[in-house]
This record gives sequence, structure tokens and C-alpha cells, in this order.
Amino acid sequence: MTTKDQVEHEEGVTRRNFLYVATGAVGAVGAASVVWPLVDQMNPSADVLALASVEVDLTAIPEGQTLKILWRGKPIFIRHRTAAEIKTAVADNGATDLIDPEDDQARAERPEWLIMVGVCTHLGCVPLDQRGDFNAWFCPCHGSHYDISGRIRKGPAPRNLEVPKYAFLNDTTVKIG
Amino acid sequence: MGSSNYQPTNKAVKWFEDRLPILGLMHSTLGAGYLAPRNLNYWWNFGSLAGFMLVVQIITGVILVMHYTPHVDMAFRAVEHIMRDVNYGWLIRYTHSNGASMFFVVVYIHILRGMYFGSYKSPREVLWFLGLVIYLLMMATGFMGYVLPWGQMSFWGATVITNLFGAFDFYEGMGESILHLLWGGFAVDNPTLQRFFSLHYLLPFVIVGVVILHIWALHLPGSNNPLGIDAKGPGDKIPFHPYYTAKDLFGLSFFIVILAIFIFYMPNIMGHPDNYIEANPMVTPPHIVPEWYYLPFYTILKAVPDKLFGVIAMFASILIFFVLPWLDGSKVRSAKFRPTTAFFFWLFLINTLYLGYLGTKLPDEIMIDMAGGIDALTMGRISSIFYFAYFIVIVPLVSRMESTKPVPISIAQSVLDANKKG
Amino acid sequence: MLNRLKNIGLMTLVVSALTIGGFSAANAAGASAYPLKKYDWPHAGPFGMFDKASLQRGLQVYKEVCASCHSLDMVAFRELKALGYNADEVKALAAEYEFPNGYDDEGEEKYRKGFPQDYFPAPYANEEEARDANNGAFPPDFSLLGKSREHLSLFTPWNSIYGEDYIVGILNTYHEDAPEGVELAEGMSYNEAFPGNQIAMAPPLFDDMVEYADGTPATTEQMAKDVATFMYWAAEPKMEVRKKMGLKVIIFMSILTIMLYFVNRRVWRKIKKGDDLA
Repeated sequence: MTTKDQVEHEEGVTRRNFLYVATGAVGAVGAASVVWPLVDQMNPSADVLALASVEVDLTAIPEGQTLKILWRGKPIFIRHRTAAEIKTAVADNGATDLIDPEDDQARAERPEWLIMVGVCTHLGCVPLDQRGDFNAWFCPCHGSHYDISGRIRKGPAPRNLEVPKYAFLNDTTVKIG
Repeated sequence: MGSSNYQPTNKAVKWFEDRLPILGLMHSTLGAGYLAPRNLNYWWNFGSLAGFMLVVQIITGVILVMHYTPHVDMAFRAVEHIMRDVNYGWLIRYTHSNGASMFFVVVYIHILRGMYFGSYKSPREVLWFLGLVIYLLMMATGFMGYVLPWGQMSFWGATVITNLFGAFDFYEGMGESILHLLWGGFAVDNPTLQRFFSLHYLLPFVIVGVVILHIWALHLPGSNNPLGIDAKGPGDKIPFHPYYTAKDLFGLSFFIVILAIFIFYMPNIMGHPDNYIEANPMVTPPHIVPEWYYLPFYTILKAVPDKLFGVIAMFASILIFFVLPWLDGSKVRSAKFRPTTAFFFWLFLINTLYLGYLGTKLPDEIMIDMAGGIDALTMGRISSIFYFAYFIVIVPLVSRMESTKPVPISIAQSVLDANKKG
Repeated sequence: MLNRLKNIGLMTLVVSALTIGGFSAANAAGASAYPLKKYDWPHAGPFGMFDKASLQRGLQVYKEVCASCHSLDMVAFRELKALGYNADEVKALAAEYEFPNGYDDEGEEKYRKGFPQDYFPAPYANEEEARDANNGAFPPDFSLLGKSREHLSLFTPWNSIYGEDYIVGILNTYHEDAPEGVELAEGMSYNEAFPGNQIAMAPPLFDDMVEYADGTPATTEQMAKDVATFMYWAAEPKMEVRKKMGLKVIIFMSILTIMLYFVNRRVWRKIKKGDDLA
């Protein structure tokens, strides 16, 4: 049996608790939404994001030449390959010394254009052009030899040179990133 | 911040508390362990609001530093980079710039509350000193912060204010040496910007240190209250938590609404438009105005015809607050029971606001259109004299001669009396 | 109760007095003597948003008229999306400009077309060249003009000068001949809104100088209004997102304030009445 007084008291407690809990919840939501701008400001800013993708005009690269551009703070190699180079690259798909086997067709959307991140997968040096055992790329830091498809063939590097995400907007323009 | 009667019930908490009694410290500082007078009114909210603004300024400031470059060639552009490119950069920068002004509004009200209710009087003199030290540090921090965007007002404000120290020219070349030392060169330039940046980053943490001392000094005698009488009996005091935490949170929430109106709807109203023009040492703006919170002191500076004495008068106008506890000889603290004191207090406040208004005027602008026109310089002199007279003549005399109204015997008694009246 | 009301009244008085004294003061200086015409800008006020069509027209006026002398250093083409252009249109706008791009085999400078991430190129290589081409005067950069010419006053709004009104004022108040008794310096024009009335910029706008794609008649006043809107956007590109967020924040905080008011009242109920003392 409960007295009238007790009932009133308990109702008061419930009402009070509800007010406190609701206010606390609203306050917590507010505090949480303040935190987001304070964290998000550390994400790449608009001017940095604007450079996340670059468009490259390919008409300026003659056959047998490599263009180096800076993209997201790293060098990008754009090689206009000759027919002979493409032939070699495809022929080497089955080579036994491939450390990280990959078909050349999977590395170049259009065989004449090989686009790669110019960072050695060993310790991050920039490989040199037209050097090494395969007359393609050679990393001077620890002697990694890459072939004309950018595949690691000899030396300490564990993986092939990375192919970034890219898309041909038309025959003469490629968008990287 | 005294010894704590905090008794944790949770075993893990108790284990930790035995090794580092930091929860007990919080409990006795801002929790139920701190007993505060039961009759504090809303003017007592401004202390916690000032603490909140200090935290806001430090957080937004540390973030701004992540994107800012303290170099004369890059600073202006870096601020615009924050405003345009950084995610929520505009929000963080506008909060910091408007926050600085609101911090001063809050602190000014906090100081005026202390003056009105006699919070500077014995036994709280050291508490008052520490507050004034915080205020002086804030002035220095605010001034150096305003230089960082490297706009026209930044540059010329820095030039004018640093030149004040050249007034201490007691022997041939002394003033100049002081200036070269301050500037790190022969004018305000990159070395000046870099040292101001360094100090603007450092001083807020010094302020945090002094704030801790300020709270320590508060907790020994305990808070003053609107009646200005000592809280003695148990009925006079209530635990800080939940009573004043609830009240402070309500006040804080309301204050944030006001702050938000400035940040989101008039973010540039407290700044000078010339600061959106990059600093140019070859072109002085037609009218250099300091930030609003320095204006009364700027008028006092301008009112004195001599450079050295102008600077001395300006510094004296702030430092004189340090002797206020002894200028005031009254036995009663609160101006509630000192009608003449209260009257002169309001007069002093109006006069100081007027000094601030005069700070924006050119010396020969006509302020009162009579007797051939009274210009801003003359009005500034009259107001400056009243400002000092308030401290040197009015407060000492009135506090000693005034017949005060009867003071209640206890806080609890005054609550009961008020309830009896309905 | 009466006492409490008195206290609240007092508090409001002091707070507003402090703010009035401070803020209105900080902005009182530097006003132009000329009574500027005040326009009803669609982007003014707490809910005002930019008129996109006007922004696009303003960009056209900037590109075809102002850009021959005035730079717009801090605005990137990518930001023009805010004017209502889509990604392809922004790309096309950027491609209208050329940028230096290293050197060819003979050491000659090479050029490439602009990309959205590029910034508006400046008409002059440096300040000296700009002054040389403009009779010794330096045409200011447009990026922040919309804000650096306004003088806002919170408590005396009738004394406020808005950057846009000032820009329109300058562009609209040229006089062909200086009034009698005013001696114009060599190469200067007479302008009513410009402080001192002598301006180095020759009247830049004439009716029908540009042809608007949307068919709006290109009167001098219309072009001035459009370019002023564009300049204000360039100075404060985050205005729309700021006002939208502000509304949310203020509504949210008002609700929280009301809730905390009731929490506070509930917490204090017994103490206020002095029940614990009786």
C-alpha cells in the first residue's frame, strides 16, 4: 500500500529524472557536434583536395620518353612506350624471375601508356629511368631492377611499381587520381 | 583546493585515488566538496564563463596554429587559407577572433562585480591581485594575437603600441634601444611577428597557471557574496555541486547563444575592416584604433600632452587597481549597503565607457556643441581626471565617511527575512 | 521577485552598455562623408543568400572589365562552383586562362591551360608594372575588397557602411567634370563616394558595356550591383554555410538553455524557498 504522499513523491522523482536525463542527452549531442569540426579541420583542406587528381596532356610526350610529374607529393612516371618495348613487356609476362608476377596488360590500360608511381617499393627512393639490367628502371639506393612494365625482377624490392588510379578522358588527356 | 573529504565507493577509483588524489581535488574545487554562499546571484556566473572562454581560446588557438605561418610574406595569406580552404577553418577562426572580445566582456563584468560587491577587500586581496595579473596577461596576449593576421591594423597597432615603450628615454638612446630590443630590428617586421607569435602561444598557458592560483586563493577564504558578509554557519553555505554547477551550466548555455550570434551573423563587427588589407609599412591607415578593450586606456594616453607622462598615466590607470583594497577603508564590503559608494561606482562605469568611446575619436572632433565646441581631447582630459579622482579622492573619502545601511547578521537570516516578506 | 527583475534589468543595462561602448566605438572611424545609397542586397540579413544569377553576371563584369587592371589573387576557379556552375563549366572557365609551365628545350617559357585548382591570374607581374600602367596608382586586389571597405556599427546601424554599397557608390558617382573650385590632379577623376573625391581609376563602367547571357539590361548600376555582389562573395565565400549552420546552432542552444533553466530551477527549488533552514 502506498500513501498519496509517496505517489506524489515518486512521480516527482520520475519527472525530475526525465528532465535531467533529457537535458544531459541534449548536452551530450551538442558536445559531440562540437568535436567534429575540431577533428575534421585536420583532414586535407580544399586546396589540397583540389590537387588530388591531375589531368595530363599526353601530346607533349614523344615515343620512348618518360614524363615525370608530381602528384600527391610523389613522382609519377608516364612512359610513352615504343612498339618494341610493349612487345618485350608482354613477352616477359611468363618470365621466371618475376618476384611479384603480374601481366603487362593488367598494368597498362593502353599498352603505349605506362603510368606508375615512381617510388621504389623497397624503401621509397625514386628509381632512375632507362638504367639497370632491363634498361628500364633501376633504384640506386639498394639496387632494385624493374623491367619496362615496372615489374620488379631483381633486387630487394618486394612489389612491382604501383599503378595509380587513372582514366583516359580522351585520346590525349589522362586524369590521374 | 584544501584537504578533501572525498570518499570513493568504487574500489578501482579508490585504488587510484589513494595514489593520486586528483578526483578529490576536483571534488573540493568544483564539486560538492566546495561550500559556497547560498545567495550568489547571476553576476557570479562570469568567473566560470571566463574559465570557459580561456579553454575555448586555447583549443581554437592550437588548431589555428596547425594552419598558420608566422612570416610577413605568408601570414596574411595563411589566415585567408584558413578562412577559405581548411575544413571549418572559418568557424574556428571566427570563434577565436570573436571569442577574444567576448572573453574581455566577461572578464570586465567579472572585475566590475568584484568592485561593486567589495570582493577585493580583506581577506581576498591576493585573490584580487591574481585576477589583475590575469587581466594584464590577457591584454598582452590579445594585443599580440591581433598582430598575427598581419593586416593593416595589426601592423600599425603594433607600431603604435610598441612605440609607447620608446617613451622611457631616460638617457640618450635608451628609448631607441628598448624599441630595437622589442622589434628585433629597426621597425615592426618579421622578427617582431615571430616573437609575438611565440609569446601569443605561450601566455595563455601562463594564464592557466595564474588561474589555478586564483582559484586556490578563492578557496581559502571562500567566495564573497552579494551581501558582502562572511558566510559562517552551516545554513549560510551550500555545496557547489549540484547548485552552482546547474546555475553555471544554465548561464554558460545562454552565453553560448550570444556568442553564436556574433560568430555566425556578425563575425566582423568587432574587428576593423582595414585588417582585411595586408600590412603595408609604406601606408598608414587614416585613423588607427586599437581593439575596443584597450580604448579607455588609449584615451588616457592621448589626454596627457607629454609622451612619457602619457605612457605612465596609461599604465597607472590599470595598476591603480592593485591598491584599491587599501584605498577603500570601509568596514562593509558590498555596495548594497553603501549607497554613496554605489552611486560613484555607476558614475565611474559610465565615465570609463565614455573614455572608451572617446578612444575612437580624433582629438579635434567636436563632442559637445556648446561654448564654441568642446573637442574630444578636452573631454578626454576631463574624463581622465575623473577616472583618477575616483580612485585617489572619491573612494578613500566616501568609504571612510559614508554611513552605511544596516547589514544582515547572516546569509541564512537574510534568506528567511526575504521569504517572510514574500 | 521585484528585486530579481531589478537585477536582471541592471545586468542587461551593464552588459549592453559595455558592448555598445566597445563595439560601436571600434568601428566608428573612417566613414566616408558621402551618404551612400543603401541597396536591399538579397544576401543581407540572417537568412540572406547569394543571388546566383547576379554572381554569374558579376563574374562576367569582372572578367570582361575589371580584370584588365585588378587581380583576384585568393580565388581559385574551383570555388566558382558556388556561383552555380557545374564541374565541366568550371573546367571550361579555368581553361580560358594560360599559366606558365616550365621551359622548353630552348629555354623559352612554356604555357598550359588553366585547371580548376589554379587561381585567377593577376593582370600585372608586380606592383611596379601595375603602377606604371595606371598613372602611378595601384589597382587593389579584389579578393577582400568587399570586407575591407565596410564599416559596421552594431548599435548605430544607420552609420554602417556596407562594402557592397560602397563599391556601387564608387562605380556610380563619377562626374564628367569636377565641380567648380575643385582642382583635379593630372589623370584623376572626380568621384562623389570616394574619400577625398579624387580617384585614380577612370570611370570603368558604361551602359551596355557587356552583354549578359540572361538578357538582363547591362546598365551601369546593374553591372555595379552584380560586380559588388561578386566581390562580396569573393571576400566571404563561406557566408551561406555560416548562416545555415548558425541557425541550427542557435536553435539547438536555445532549446538546451531552456532545458537547463528548468533543471536549474528544479535543483534550487528547496534552497530558494529556504526550506532547509526552517
